[in-house]
Amino acid sequence: MNIAVSTIGSSITEWIRYIGQLSLLFAQTVTSALTPPFKGYRSLIQAQRVGPGSFAISALVGFFVGMIIALQMAYQMVQLSAELYIPNVIAVALTRELTPVLTALIVAGRIGAGIAAEIGSMVVTEQVDALKAFAVDPVKYLVVPRFIALMVMLPVLTMLSDLIGIWGGYVICVYKLHISHEMFWKMTFHALTMKDIITGLTKTVFFGMIIAVVGCHHGLTVKGGADGVGKATTTAVVRSFILIIITDCLITFVFYFLLNV
Amino acid sequence: MIEIRNLYKAFGKQMVLNNLNLNVRRGETKVVIGRSGVGKTVLLRNIVGLVRPDGGSIKINGIEVTDLSEKEYDRLRMEIGMVFQGGALFDSMNVADNVAFVLNEFMNLDRKTVADKVRDSLSLVGLKDVEHLMPAQLSGGMRKRVSLARVLCMEPHIILYDEPTTGVDPITAAAINHLIIELRNKLKVTSIVVTHDMNSAYMVADSIAMFYKGQIIADGAPEEIKNSKHPVIRQFIHGEAHGPITEDESLIFGHVK
Ligand SMILES: Nc1ncnc2c1ncn2[C@@H]1O[C@H](COP(=O)(O)OP(=O)(O)OP(=O)(O)O)[C@@H](O)[C@H]1O
Ligand SMILES: [Mg+2]
Repeated sequence: MNIAVSTIGSSITEWIRYIGQLSLLFAQTVTSALTPPFKGYRSLIQAQRVGPGSFAISALVGFFVGMIIALQMAYQMVQLSAELYIPNVIAVALTRELTPVLTALIVAGRIGAGIAAEIGSMVVTEQVDALKAFAVDPVKYLVVPRFIALMVMLPVLTMLSDLIGIWGGYVICVYKLHISHEMFWKMTFHALTMKDIITGLTKTVFFGMIIAVVGCHHGLTVKGGADGVGKATTTAVVRSFILIIITDCLITFVFYFLLNV
Repeated sequence: MIEIRNLYKAFGKQMVLNNLNLNVRRGETKVVIGRSGVGKTVLLRNIVGLVRPDGGSIKINGIEVTDLSEKEYDRLRMEIGMVFQGGALFDSMNVADNVAFVLNEFMNLDRKTVADKVRDSLSLVGLKDVEHLMPAQLSGGMRKRVSLARVLCMEPHIILYDEPTTGVDPITAAAINHLIIELRNKLKVTSIVVTHDMNSAYMVADSIAMFYKGQIIADGAPEEIKNSKHPVIRQFIHGEAHGPITEDESLIFGHVK
């Protein structure tokens, strides 16, 4: 019992310390992002690494999730003879919740892991020390571009994935459930309001920050050699997942209870 | 120029720098010798502020640096070039971008000037037509030289060399030694050269400091060190397996006493 309590206690303090470290890196990142000189092309290079590579997979996932929701909804709605409302559900569920989170998880797995591994191996081979020795701040040089790139690219990816997800739903609704083409789009646009899309995209801005800060943090704090880099990579992905889900819940709370959206 | 007083640095229980004192005059080339693992690299890292000491003082150009903020330190670092032991080249950039790193970061020069400066720096270390290669495509010795070229390109007043001639062939080593001497003579660069290579030490040094058990136990002109009667120094510079330095190790090292 005592052991259990103290284990829980120490893992709570560990998480608090961890969140503290992330917040510190976040604050440093934002400060140095806002201090000149600005080197926008670096963010652009990072954005190019995030965007095109992740688009195919998040589109694929979006498409299938769209189809899956259509089918799952059909299973329920057919009993209520309410098939017509399936497009509404697809549109709202995808844009408000599913694509933002799924895209974030995909990007955390692909890009967050890559960031941790890349920066981690730079630490191990003293490249980060070399940056410092040349009077270059690693946060400004390495973290800021990735942070900006993810913050911008994740909403873009999500938006594309929203579109493709709805097409996935369309395939099932029109070809399988025999909802007419016109009806599908009418119901979709009827259900979907700007605020659904915006709340979904707002979340992804936060998710993008989380992926960047967590990936960079684990990269920068790598200890040891190749095995340290490996550990940092997996930890970065797992922690990003947890933080993304928790943040999603928090933001949804805020939207629902405080802002009524 | 660089004055180090009573410097302490420990990693956990291991005391690496234990009340270390070292003085490097302006324009001087100071060679620091000592066994592998005594803390020579740690000493250099303390000087550029990559690690902060636990106690003591480091003055560079008369400025106490141990309590500078990173930003204040950065101003000083613009004048200090560090040649890392392993090269520490940026492996996502080709040789040209590595060498031009500081120019690209801090100066607004046109491409032609940068390319010229890169070519000049590379030719100083005896490399030609390697600009487009990636660090992974270089040999160990080439990497070391590119790393040196990268430092030369920033035209520092102080250069810290961490074993510049280890792992390069004797001819290149001699060329690097000449380069170190020339930088001192022509550009009045102040240097600390960490090395195990006694030939190199005698060649480039204005003075040689012997690092042993966390301290500088002797510091003097090459001749003085060469003729020193101190048993530790004698063992080190003559490279003998048996002596005071390895006394505690004779069991671990495979010889039974
Ligand atoms: N970041 C660190 N954390 C823990 N211990 C360290 C760290 N850096 C160095 N050490 C320890 O300090 C000691 C000195 O290391 P250092 O790299 O300075 O040796 P060195 O004199 O440069 O050796 P070599 O000639 O082989 O390069 C070593 O025992 C090493 O284990
Ligand atoms: Mg060393």
